[in-house]
Amino acid sequence: MSGYTYTVFILIIPLVMFLITGLLGMKWKPIVSGIIGTTGMGISWILSLITAGSYFFGGSHGAEGFHAIVPFELTWLKFTDTLIIKMGILLDPISVMMLVVVTTISFMVHVYSLGYMKGESGFARFYAFLSLFTFSMLGLVIATNIFQMYIFWELVGVSSFLLIGFYYTKPSAVAASKKAFIVTRFADLGFLIGILILSFVTGTFDFAKLTEPGTAIFGSAASMSFMGISAMTWAMTLIFIGGAGKSAMFPLHIWLPDAMEGPTPVSALIHAATMVVAGVFLVARMFTVIHFQAPDAQEIIAYVGGFTSVFAAVIAITQYDIKRVLAFSTLSQLGYMMLALGVSGYGGEEGLGYMASMFHLFTHAMFKALLFLGAGSIIHAVHSNYMYDMGGLRKYMPITHITFLIACLTIAGVPPLSGFFSKDEILVAAYNHNKLLFAVEYIVAGLTAFYMFRLYFSVFWGKDRHYHHTPHESPLTMSIPLIFLAVASIFAGFLPFHHLITSDKLGFVTEMHYAIAIPSVLIGLFGIAMAWILYKKESTIPAKLALKWGVLYTATYNKFYFDEIYLFVTRKIIFNYISRPIAWFDRHIIDGFMVGIGLVTEKISYQIKGMQSGQLQHYAFMFVAGTLALTLSMLYFLM
Amino acid sequence: MIEGIGIEHFLVVSTLMFFIGICGFIIRRNLITMLMSVELILNSVNINFLVFNRYLYPDQMQGHFFSLFIVGIAAAEASVAIALIINIYRNLNNIDVENVSEMKY
Repeated sequence: MSGYTYTVFILIIPLVMFLITGLLGMKWKPIVSGIIGTTGMGISWILSLITAGSYFFGGSHGAEGFHAIVPFELTWLKFTDTLIIKMGILLDPISVMMLVVVTTISFMVHVYSLGYMKGESGFARFYAFLSLFTFSMLGLVIATNIFQMYIFWELVGVSSFLLIGFYYTKPSAVAASKKAFIVTRFADLGFLIGILILSFVTGTFDFAKLTEPGTAIFGSAASMSFMGISAMTWAMTLIFIGGAGKSAMFPLHIWLPDAMEGPTPVSALIHAATMVVAGVFLVARMFTVIHFQAPDAQEIIAYVGGFTSVFAAVIAITQYDIKRVLAFSTLSQLGYMMLALGVSGYGGEEGLGYMASMFHLFTHAMFKALLFLGAGSIIHAVHSNYMYDMGGLRKYMPITHITFLIACLTIAGVPPLSGFFSKDEILVAAYNHNKLLFAVEYIVAGLTAFYMFRLYFSVFWGKDRHYHHTPHESPLTMSIPLIFLAVASIFAGFLPFHHLITSDKLGFVTEMHYAIAIPSVLIGLFGIAMAWILYKKESTIPAKLALKWGVLYTATYNKFYFDEIYLFVTRKIIFNYISRPIAWFDRHIIDGFMVGIGLVTEKISYQIKGMQSGQLQHYAFMFVAGTLALTLSMLYFLM
Repeated sequence: MIEGIGIEHFLVVSTLMFFIGICGFIIRRNLITMLMSVELILNSVNINFLVFNRYLYPDQMQGHFFSLFIVGIAAAEASVAIALIINIYRNLNNIDVENVSEMKY
């Protein structure tokens, strides 16, 4: 089974890089940390590619599909004979794919940051955090059991917090990092409770045992229920809440747009391509459990995904901060993936949604990282995040322009770019299962094309703005990752995903569904055309339209006031009616008790301190008197 | 066995010595005098040891050894104490116990 033992190094190298750059980074020139971190990441990346190559194409699958391989496992904590927590590496199709995604994007971001972060203070710190993040994310994807996954899940949360708050002197970045951490942590509570229920029912943490279809460990689950809902549905819904927190599904999406306060490469790595797909990955990992044991939870996943995708797409239309547009676009695409998992069946053609979701995860990672890195390149050139400060950039930044255009076409689903294939599979899966969600996704496809090209046209076309200095093309370290990812975006669609990553690990044959693909492409083209008309040349039409839509536009622009609602709920209700009484209780009753003890002790000791004269003879006298008294009383009582 | 002198006589003497020592230790302020009082206390105890040994277990020697031991300890203690007192005198120019308050509280 082994021969994959070297995969341990994929995980260990980033950890070592984190320790080296974190501990010694300050002693060196900043660029040394950058180069060391990037080299380490490069080795990890190559090892991942080798792993993927030998796993998928090395003939490791027999008649029953791809084996799950555990090349390395150690018992970490052993509480009782049944409660054992292990750490290990699990290689199966989705984890191998995620290894490739994470290391590829991470490596690209490492290279890109050499240029982007040049001259920033804390350059070494940045690389240390990047390595830490990559380590935790890799640990998450190769986890052999759900508890290991949870541990790395939290590590991912921490490193995301550190990276969002990288500019820790900026109040907005600090607020954003806190927000991201608190919201995801809050969702993780659900995840933890879900794990507890699940392991209570099944008596195991191991994915291998949990996800085996037709397994008997759920035997006792059917009889357990709480509030009329079965235990497994509870468990899966709670685990999904954890996933929804990380993947920023509605209504836990509020942290992701704010997380754009972090440096742009971080946004590309964490908040577009890797961390936010952890939720999708979790659902995919638990897919057989969800599908067979908790169909209700799967239904919830489908609807939450569908709603998030349309909700975020609508908001993305009105935003002006290019990173926020991309953030909402990420939300929307993550919604797609969740939806695909929600509508998927099991096995063969039925399991199309599962495969489509993973496929979209893969292609999305490539083109969204490309979009973010492109946006970073633009921001690097014009020193602004806002679209109204940009325009006509195609003349100054040809490489960024071309790669960005490719990414936009990919996300809009124009064939034969990769986004077209993966999105088409999702639409087909939705069509087979749920016509309502299918219709929603059609609309979202149009919206996606529209807002992406609104962004594209207003940044690269339109008229020149007044720039502080002439925008220039980014350095080579930044444009090479762009070109690489652009190539990946173009060709990723041709990977034979339906042979490699399927719900039952067996390949199946699928063909193009022209009846669904052609209209979706047309809708996408329509969206592009609308954007062309409205934004190619500077015009007043968008402003007029915005006026015409009035309230609706304002509501959308303000993200439907979800931040305000959350603030209202937390500040006005939770703070005032829950936290404040608790704080009062803590301060006056608990602290009061403690302070009271101290005060009483102090008073009494003040009163009796005169007895401590410090004179030896007083003490001796008291001692003799005491001894005499004791002796006399003893004589009196005993005689 | 000493003719005509019973165990009580010895015990009365040692008790008197003991309490004289206690009184001296508590009342006197001069460190040297206090040290002398301590010696009195120790020697009263010595007398007790010897007397009990002599009168109750004449064929055994433990009491003798004990008192010899105490004498040795007392000599050592006296030398340390006097060294301390000399130092105190050098610093304070007197050896009144009430003045030794540098490290009080």
